[in-house]
Amino acid sequence: MPESPRRTAEPDSAADTVRLEGVGFGYADAPGVLRDIDLILPRGSFHFLTGPSGAGKSSLLKLLTLVERPTTGRLRLFGDDVTSLPRRAIPAVRRRMGVVFQDFRLLDHLSAFDNVALPLRLAGLKRADYAGNVAEMLDWVGLGNRMADAPPSLSGGEKQRLAIARAVISRPDLILADEPTGSIDAAMGERLLRLFQSLNQLGTTVLIASHDEALAARSGARILHLEGGCLVGGRR
Amino acid sequence: MIARLTRRLTDRTSGLLPRDSAGEPWLAAVIAILCFLACLAAVGAASADRAAHGWAGQLRAEATVLVRPRVGETGAGAAARAAETLAGVDGVAEAEAMDRAAAEVLLRPWIGDAVLPDLPLPHLVTVRLDPLAPASAVTLSRALAEAGLDASVDDHSLWRGEVERAATIITLLAGAAFLLTALAAGAAIAYATRAALAAQRSVIETLSLNGASDGTIAGLYQARFGLLAAGAGAAGAIVAALLVAGLRGLGGSDGISPALPLAWSDLWLLSPCPVLAATVAVIAARITALASLRRRR
Repeated sequence: MPESPRRTAEPDSAADTVRLEGVGFGYADAPGVLRDIDLILPRGSFHFLTGPSGAGKSSLLKLLTLVERPTTGRLRLFGDDVTSLPRRAIPAVRRRMGVVFQDFRLLDHLSAFDNVALPLRLAGLKRADYAGNVAEMLDWVGLGNRMADAPPSLSGGEKQRLAIARAVISRPDLILADEPTGSIDAAMGERLLRLFQSLNQLGTTVLIASHDEALAARSGARILHLEGGCLVGGRR
Repeated sequence: MIARLTRRLTDRTSGLLPRDSAGEPWLAAVIAILCFLACLAAVGAASADRAAHGWAGQLRAEATVLVRPRVGETGAGAAARAAETLAGVDGVAEAEAMDRAAAEVLLRPWIGDAVLPDLPLPHLVTVRLDPLAPASAVTLSRALAEAGLDASVDDHSLWRGEVERAATIITLLAGAAFLLTALAAGAAIAYATRAALAAQRSVIETLSLNGASDGTIAGLYQARFGLLAAGAGAAGAIVAALLVAGLRGLGGSDGISPALPLAWSDLWLLSPCPVLAATVAVIAARITALASLRRRR
């Protein structure tokens, strides 16, 4: 795991990284996407979120990334109530997260290097301060020879590794990953799992949404299971 | 060269945004044309103001006296006496009675030769005033009255007022044209910003999810459109400067017409154009971007 610049502010050690209390969420034409979710992710924990397609995994991640707001209940992140956080305060919360999206959300007009450097650049770091770490990270995910290439020229697996590299480059307090191993081979999947585990051992809270039950079981992480918008089974 | 420089600068400052290679050259062309027109409006206003001040200065430096001879006195004699009287007044540089021959020379182009010899002509005295301390019409009238002359003094104040009013109106119109041009440029930038935000929605979301604030995103558009407008403004100003320099070189200080005299110093008026264009673009882009981003969830 390459060295990366860390945020200066540590999360409140007394607080849970994520806490949902009676959270419900739905759209006007699809109410009840999530229902009465009670969930706590303690600081430094590692969880897998499993469930079939349409169970609400992506919606739950949207709530945690503050893309959507709960329609009922209370959401706390890093110890703060963010249920109705003002828009201007959201970027500071997001800078404490690293997110791997199912559709990667890479910027096609930027090189692989610049995509990975994006969170650091937005945090105000200078190129000279992050260039070495970004290059090392790209090497680590096997894209050291594709630094100058733009995402459209990369394969699905390479894009996924790039998205993961971007999510972890700033050593966030919370990593949220939506199907991060969906487009890569088993060997790379295991390697990326080890990356998440390494980050977790350094104190990062990790939540991976995946329908790969076998990978979840192999990870040794706690498993949360979503079914029909409700958390069922698993250990909460 | 300006386009290349602008492109390099915008890539450095706003490279997180994809480039709209189809729309940006057209936007730059529109801004350049608007800046060119704004430059012409500014030079036109300065030129009209200069012409008006020149004419007003000439009118202010002269007065015309109409002398009515008393009974038993000839018109020429009265005019000569008035000229002699006025020449001794403080603030008068020169006073000269206009003889009939000189008056006929002035009237001939309008009246012709046929009726001119039979036409009764007014008896006039032309007075050239001291440019530093010109005598007032009241002073001249008082001096003539004290000399026992029946005369009317025209200090051209009516014409001078009209000329100065016309210059003020031209300046105001040029200012209005300048403001409207700036508004048009701002509207074009606002439209381009809205279009870019709509077209680059997924990019904006990605930036936002990676911790970019609305202000940061608006700043990217500010930098992009500000630099684009600065480059386009420079191009418009350079073309306008070439035109003004050409007219000044070909037409001398009179430019294309004595009504619009040009000076080399007019070129300085064009120098703030890139900065003004960039300022308008930065303000328009920021306001539009922040308003659009706040309307989103």
